[in-house]
Amino acid sequence: MWRNFELEKSYDVVIIGAGVHGLATAYYLAANHGISKVAVVDKGYVGGGGSGRNTAILRSNYLTPEGVRFYDRSVQLYRTLAADLNFNVMFAPRGHLTLAHNDSSLRTMRWRAEVNKLQGVDSEVITPEEIKRLVPFMDVSDDTRYPIIGALYHPPGGIIRHDAVNWGYARAGDRLGVQIHQNTEVTGIRTEKGRVSGVSTNRGEIGAPIVLNCTAGWASLVSAMAGVKLPIITHPLQAAVTEPVKMFLDAVVVSGSLHVYVSQTDRGELVFGASTDPYASYSMRGSLEFTEELASHVLELMPSIAKMRVLRQWAGLCDITPDFSPIMGITEVEGFLVDVGWGTYGFKAGPAAAEAMAELVATGRTPQLIAAFDLARFAEGRLASERGAAAVGH
Amino acid sequence: MIRIPCPNCGPRNSSEFSYFGELGSRPAPDAVDPAHWRHYLYDKKNPAGWTTEKWYHASGCRKFFAIERNTLTNDVKSGRPFGVESSSEESS
Ligand SMILES: Cc1cc2nc3c(=O)[nH]c(=O)nc-3n(C[C@H](O)[C@H](O)[C@H](O)COP(=O)(O)OP(=O)(O)OC[C@H]3O[C@@H](n4cnc5c(N)ncnc54)[C@H](O)[C@@H]3O)c2cc1C
Ligand SMILES: [Zn+2]
Repeated sequence: MWRNFELEKSYDVVIIGAGVHGLATAYYLAANHGISKVAVVDKGYVGGGGSGRNTAILRSNYLTPEGVRFYDRSVQLYRTLAADLNFNVMFAPRGHLTLAHNDSSLRTMRWRAEVNKLQGVDSEVITPEEIKRLVPFMDVSDDTRYPIIGALYHPPGGIIRHDAVNWGYARAGDRLGVQIHQNTEVTGIRTEKGRVSGVSTNRGEIGAPIVLNCTAGWASLVSAMAGVKLPIITHPLQAAVTEPVKMFLDAVVVSGSLHVYVSQTDRGELVFGASTDPYASYSMRGSLEFTEELASHVLELMPSIAKMRVLRQWAGLCDITPDFSPIMGITEVEGFLVDVGWGTYGFKAGPAAAEAMAELVATGRTPQLIAAFDLARFAEGRLASERGAAAVGH
Repeated sequence: MIRIPCPNCGPRNSSEFSYFGELGSRPAPDAVDPAHWRHYLYDKKNPAGWTTEKWYHASGCRKFFAIERNTLTNDVKSGRPFGVESSSEESS
């Protein structure tokens, strides 16, 4: 898939983190801008962070116009990604449903649908009867604890095979000359007169005029090495998967009130997720109370799957920002860039974020598409709140 | 489930508590400019290892208190109460 190299003394760009963001940025640097003296370094393995642990939901039905435009660009890139990378990423746009169980969530959904439509994104509020037609197994009756009163329906949303995306970008980057260094931990970031000059790793020193932080859950620790503070708190997020059964669930179903979402993979497994663990942590241990709560909530929605067995559960780290939007662009240290704050929703953003970050590196200018997501917005009080669209549904 | 040592009630399941994050010292709102205030609000250490943080025993004694917790292992050291009685004064 990709080759191993000795570390060179210097590169034009060093990218920290071999998740979808780091790998895709390296690929677009080489493919779109001819910058291929690039190293992607990771303390673990390709896709060992959130990019290999997520539930692979893609959608663009966010709340702010900036958010909708940005995520829509990513879904567009995902649509042709298999052909662009010559690697089957198994994108299945099966439709995405966010359920409303009370008036306030229905109100937010109407709002989202209008913002979405204005940006040309297919999104509408539908009734319980229409939900039943899309998901016949769903209990849309009145006699549940939290009756379903409607849903935001987003037909272009769906799921993808996350590993294939990571591997596809890594392989395509490698073919263009990008070097991927696994088991290479960054232990320090060197600066001279407010400018980045390289990184220290467990395998030696590397010089570079541009260093990009793509370390998601670990982003605060890596930025601190350059003396840059981030408004990020790391929370674990858990997920679980069942044994495979015959296909019966086409759409992705999310319930904010019940803190749960479910989809069925092409292999037939049901993939479940929930909200983040309620306290900050760098521990990736799963917990029994997660599975218990998850099961009880999923059964409220789909009582008929009570006999299905959970095969495994896992956790990943999420870099949560105060406004549930990412942080992309420059920092106060010249040459030290960040593409972080991806919280529980950053896999879908990989292609668009990477395309924009590569353009920033190549041209020195921040593309309009990501201008609203700069680090300075926190000090300047310009938050881009996506809480209503990203707190539970990833 | 991790157990949180409430200084009043002893160790209880974390589900009984609300988590209020890293303990920071809150500047007097009228003594700082907006940028400083936002720095206090948003910029967190987010450390990997031992840290001091604020918890609230929502389904118990309803008091705020501080604990030391290791964010890599979730080990906790005993909690200590804040010097004030009223919970509203301590809530951020
Ligand atoms: C359970 C779960 C479900 C999710 N579901 C979805 C979803 O359905 N849809 C969606 O869009 N998003 C989802 N997400 C979020 C998504 O997974 C992340 O936002 C995204 O994968 C972040 O990608 P990344 O490339 O920025 O970082 P990561 O993939 O996390 O990669 C960061 C890398 O940095 C490396 N690193 C850290 N420190 C160092 C260091 N000092 N030196 C070298 N390397 C270092 C790590 O080893 C890691 O490989 C989910 C996350 C989880 C955990
Ligand atoms: Zn108590």
